[in-house]
Amino acid sequence: MTLRPRLPRFVRPTGGKVGLILLTAVLLIALLGPLVAPHDPAQPIGLPGETPRAGAPLGTDGLGRDVLSRVLHGGLTVIGLGLAAAAVSYAGGLTIGLTAGYSRRLLDAFLMRGMDVLLAFPPLLFVLVLVTGAGTSAGVLVLAVGLVQMPGISRIVRAATLEVSVRGFVEAAVARGERVPAILGREILPNITAPVLADFGLRFTYAIIIIASMNFLGLGLTPPAADWGLMVAENRQFVTLNLWGVLAPAVMLALLTVAVNLIGDAHVKMLGRSSAAGAR
Amino acid sequence: MGTPIATTDPGDRPLGPPARTSLGRRRPVLGFLGRRLAAGVATLLVASMLIFVMTEVLPGDVASVVLGRSATPESVKALEGKLALDRSVPERYLDWLGGLLTGDLGDSAVALAQGAEDPSVASRIGEPMRNSAILAGIAFVLFVPLALGLGVVSGVKAGRPLDYVLSLTALAVNALPEFVIATFLIIIFFNWLDLFPPVVGFGPGESPLAHTDSLVLPVLTLLAAAIATGLRMVRAGIVEVMRHDYVAMAELNGFSRRRVIWRYVVRNSMAPSVVVIAQVAAYLVAGIIITENVFNYPGIGRLLVDAVKNRDVSLVEDVAMILATVYVLVNIVADLIVVFLIPKLRTSQT
Repeated sequence: MTLRPRLPRFVRPTGGKVGLILLTAVLLIALLGPLVAPHDPAQPIGLPGETPRAGAPLGTDGLGRDVLSRVLHGGLTVIGLGLAAAAVSYAGGLTIGLTAGYSRRLLDAFLMRGMDVLLAFPPLLFVLVLVTGAGTSAGVLVLAVGLVQMPGISRIVRAATLEVSVRGFVEAAVARGERVPAILGREILPNITAPVLADFGLRFTYAIIIIASMNFLGLGLTPPAADWGLMVAENRQFVTLNLWGVLAPAVMLALLTVAVNLIGDAHVKMLGRSSAAGAR
Repeated sequence: MGTPIATTDPGDRPLGPPARTSLGRRRPVLGFLGRRLAAGVATLLVASMLIFVMTEVLPGDVASVVLGRSATPESVKALEGKLALDRSVPERYLDWLGGLLTGDLGDSAVALAQGAEDPSVASRIGEPMRNSAILAGIAFVLFVPLALGLGVVSGVKAGRPLDYVLSLTALAVNALPEFVIATFLIIIFFNWLDLFPPVVGFGPGESPLAHTDSLVLPVLTLLAAAIATGLRMVRAGIVEVMRHDYVAMAELNGFSRRRVIWRYVVRNSMAPSVVVIAQVAAYLVAGIIITENVFNYPGIGRLLVDAVKNRDVSLVEDVAMILATVYVLVNIVADLIVVFLIPKLRTSQT
């Protein structure tokens, strides 16, 4: 009997592989779903809350619309808004982190303390407060969720920039008289992408979680839209009539976030970094 | 579980730092507390500005939104007067901040618009705060032993089937939004087993503790989300410590497995475990927002979301400030506990 942990070698590739298969399946459903959906997601095709029958394999929702068609249509916004929010947070985090890390002066302290203030809020609280003032729309939601993740990304970018900016090739570029944007973009940026993108999967999952949660609360997209988060919310009161109205979108959301998380986790493990912090 | 750390005798630690006198220990902790408190106050001050700017300066005509379709130019004007919207932004901010510091939370915009008898925010948040504290408190008390227990089991059995199942479940649950966890719980415990109600069954004025069946699913939701995170971090700490030579040495000395695990492995892996417990306490501050809304639980999180929907700006500002304060306080207390329990950090932390 040994106390030393045997490295669970089978776990890593399996987790990553399972994640990749699940993600491919969910992406196919989300992207091709609207093309193959049998019915219009916004038009009633029967009575409210019908259980599965021929023509409506997952039954109908609270307004008599086809659940299957709505599930097939409901993935685009989830993935699209999640990607947009992640893009916003990486764009902002890279700009702030590169500037702070390269300037190493007052600007550095100013930018990083500014980012720290965002950490005084639980992320969801920050998004809720911003929505109170700016109103509910997809754009505000993407911006808010993007802002929430900026402090973490800019910290990593800054640390990586600090490390790279004292290397020989950067000093050579400075000596050649290159401009700062060129140094940041051509010398430093390509050399920090690996550590910066390492936890992209976890951040993408987190963006999806907050956006779906806001849609669930009714503070994101507006009702006629088919969106998995929104569907769970609007069909909750009909759960005793037709279980699938709630279960199907919830399962799709779960498969998506679990798949991305599995891949992200496998990737982080491969890089040998501790993934203990998880997605939250 | 707490005893092994609390009674740690430095001479007993295989590789710990040398023991110091208890007198020399106290001052750094006090200094640390002072610095953290000062930073906390500064953070909250900036946070209050941010909250105010986000809710009041961003475009949006509060008075007419709050009044809705019944808005007439006169009623809008009257409400703006009551909310003091005609005054400048810095003036209103200082007014609000001064009120917060003296315990005056001001009036709810929506209550003013509806002509409520007592429009004060204070009268609206007392009961929800108590209810939320009960919910979060129960979840936290159950979380600590469960996360530590499962994490230790998973870490000690690392690589075995039991660990495989536990770790993978935690990884999956960790990725789920709270409302999806809650939805699955409702389907299992309400639709299929018919054990617990899908929404809470008590109204205003009643204590949640008198309706325990209504509390089960909200608590389970928070627990599932929290344990998924906690288990993975405790496990990581255990696995890390098990790699050390002193563990192998203790084992080769013929100590019983129980003794090796509890006295050598668990005790030395407490640092990350304490950190994760602190993080989960902070997580609960926001975790209740979604959970309360799923189950219609009458707490501060539901009050906040309702206020956001009604654009009840003053109520949102107050609740956000309260939650941010609790969040910052929990983080400070957590840091302090970590510093008290893990002497090593006293010297290394700034």
